[in-house]
Amino acid sequence: MSTIPATQLTTAPQDTRRTLIEVRDLKVEFNIRGGVVKAVDGLTLDIKCGQTVGIIGESGCGKSVTARAILRMVPKPGKITGGQILYYRVPRQKKLAGSNEVEVIELTKLDPDGEVIRQIRGGEIAMIFQEPMSSLTPVYTAGTHIHEAVSLHRLLPLKTVGDQMVERITQYRKVTREEAREIAVQMLRRVGIPKPEQRVDSYPHQLSGGQRQRVMIAIALSTEPDMLIADEPTTALDVSIEAQILDIMRELQQTANMAIMFITHNLGVIASMADEIVVMYMGKQVERAKVVDLFYNPKHPYTKALLQSVPKLGPKTGQRLASIEGMVPDPLHLPTGCVFHPRCPAFIAGKCDRHVPNWVQVGDNHWVRCLLYEE
Amino acid sequence: MAQTTNGKTDNILLDVKGLKKYFPIQKGLLRRTVGYVKAVDDVSLYVREGETLGLVGESGCGKTTASRCIIRLYEPTAGQVLFKSKALSANGQPKMVNLLELTREEMTKVREEIAMIFQDPINSLNPRMTVADIIAEPMVIHGKYEKGKSEELIIQLLERVGLRPDHLRRYPHEFSGGQRQRIGIARALALNPRLVLCDEPVSALDVSIQAQTLNLLQDLQEEFNLSYLFVAHDLSVVQHISDRVAVMYVGKVAEMASAEELYANPLHPYTEALLSAVPKPDPLYKSERIIMQGDVADPSNPPSGCYFHPRCRYAVDLCKQKAPEFRELKPDHWVACHRAEELKLQGI
Repeated sequence: MSTIPATQLTTAPQDTRRTLIEVRDLKVEFNIRGGVVKAVDGLTLDIKCGQTVGIIGESGCGKSVTARAILRMVPKPGKITGGQILYYRVPRQKKLAGSNEVEVIELTKLDPDGEVIRQIRGGEIAMIFQEPMSSLTPVYTAGTHIHEAVSLHRLLPLKTVGDQMVERITQYRKVTREEAREIAVQMLRRVGIPKPEQRVDSYPHQLSGGQRQRVMIAIALSTEPDMLIADEPTTALDVSIEAQILDIMRELQQTANMAIMFITHNLGVIASMADEIVVMYMGKQVERAKVVDLFYNPKHPYTKALLQSVPKLGPKTGQRLASIEGMVPDPLHLPTGCVFHPRCPAFIAGKCDRHVPNWVQVGDNHWVRCLLYEE
Repeated sequence: MAQTTNGKTDNILLDVKGLKKYFPIQKGLLRRTVGYVKAVDDVSLYVREGETLGLVGESGCGKTTASRCIIRLYEPTAGQVLFKSKALSANGQPKMVNLLELTREEMTKVREEIAMIFQDPINSLNPRMTVADIIAEPMVIHGKYEKGKSEELIIQLLERVGLRPDHLRRYPHEFSGGQRQRIGIARALALNPRLVLCDEPVSALDVSIQAQTLNLLQDLQEEFNLSYLFVAHDLSVVQHISDRVAVMYVGKVAEMASAEELYANPLHPYTEALLSAVPKPDPLYKSERIIMQGDVADPSNPPSGCYFHPRCRYAVDLCKQKAPEFRELKPDHWVACHRAEELKLQGI
């Protein structure tokens, strides 16, 4: 498409990375029979353009709910009960006109079915889901899926005026059917699907697991989003396919300067993808650090235990794995004090079970929620 | 067909030779067979007593089918499954029997000695049975249940896998995934087996629970002198728990060697590519990853010659024409590749 303005495709230099999403003290609760489950309890993070933030944690720790809260898709009976999600937005229409004017939107205040969030969801912030089979509609072809996203979200300038004019004309139009198909073929080719001209007419059941996940990525990226939320995008895939998919994501991120929020429980995947990592446990973020700091200098006992409990490739040591004793607690009956204390190897009786730890800074961009690091 | 037992019969508990399982593809009104899915196509491997053989491969490569053929949950199309059975010998001395030639009654007897742990801890437990009934069921089926004595044994087993006796009267839905897998393990041990077929026992579990379960399996192996056939797709888990590892690709074993040898000096290009694709939990680890192009071959319509040749970066013309033989290149290191001698492959 020669009509895509060049500004969208150039990579911004590192130092001009602007903040895209700022989450402050986010709280999401599920009011179910039997009590209130605090799925996300006081999450704070920011994501910059072109940056990858990884969220790791075990199942039920609130990773996916966080992602859904940003897009305002928290399933019932879940509710955002506190905090803010600020989205620094450059609306599409303005971007097309060459403007970089940022407007701040409080996502938690939006009507979840309203016009604004529907423009953002899928268009400016796209999402890839874990299960490629159940997130594609079996009766639609790959092309139809992409066409749907493109026709809803992608805008093209009506006409661009020559260099002699100072301003571009700020009119735009939606893509036509033929253009949408062309975009679909292009996107499928970009994510590495062989024979995209034929595959565009394939139904999900005719594709393999890896190809389906690539179609998911193609749908998400066809709208040229500013941010991609990837919720366990490779968990259902084999390692060889996983490596391909991760490569595609990295490559597309570089060309489009897209922010990625990468949710996974696989520490190997996150080590190679993320710039910054948030570790969650029972709805609380327990540690946040740059990727190297987190892997080489973890502070929180939970992070340490998590890192030690994965078997590592390499010369065999014959040692037992360091496992975390006990189980994840029942979310309806959380332990008092620090929620991790019943499983914590560094548990201090009389302290950890009574006091709730605060979010303290322990280094450059390194935060932790643990009483060991409090004065 | 390759001779797998390499003449040495040292402590071999299970010896699988040329195992094949073809599933027919039926079409049309008359259900005529139009082709076959060659899920397992000439698999040869062996497990020694007290050791763990890891079986790895991508999804759809036939790992699970192979393990199910071994205890005849699927009836294999061809091949031999030799098992050193105690239950079938008259004098108490274990003797090698071909499981595929046994009658129904004999097979039932052998199944006392071979247990299975399944991948999905939710679907492999009957939701309408209590934990006590689930663990007792193998004993009841094999006529070994005695009131009092067996109940004691069940409590012992339950404690051994890390559950409490007061869990006995509960139902599977009251447990977490890791606990359910422990129930599955306790059930597998109820008849005091010698070989346990573990079909992806930890892939559905969280990292911390996975570590607990792996440690438990290792402890039990030592305590009861168990042999494991450990089927999994996670190469790091397999390296951790296995003494020897077999790598499968589209129904065939590509390579089999001791865990150290296979990970350090792979001889098959597929093993090399698979190892390089595993994400390493170390942000500073930089290596050239070998990206395998394309998808896993279709087992109903496999490529000619070596099944891996369309994705192999070392493929030559010979690979397209002739299927490589599964041969022992170094002592106890088996590989199916024409170019295994000349290639210098990168391990970990």
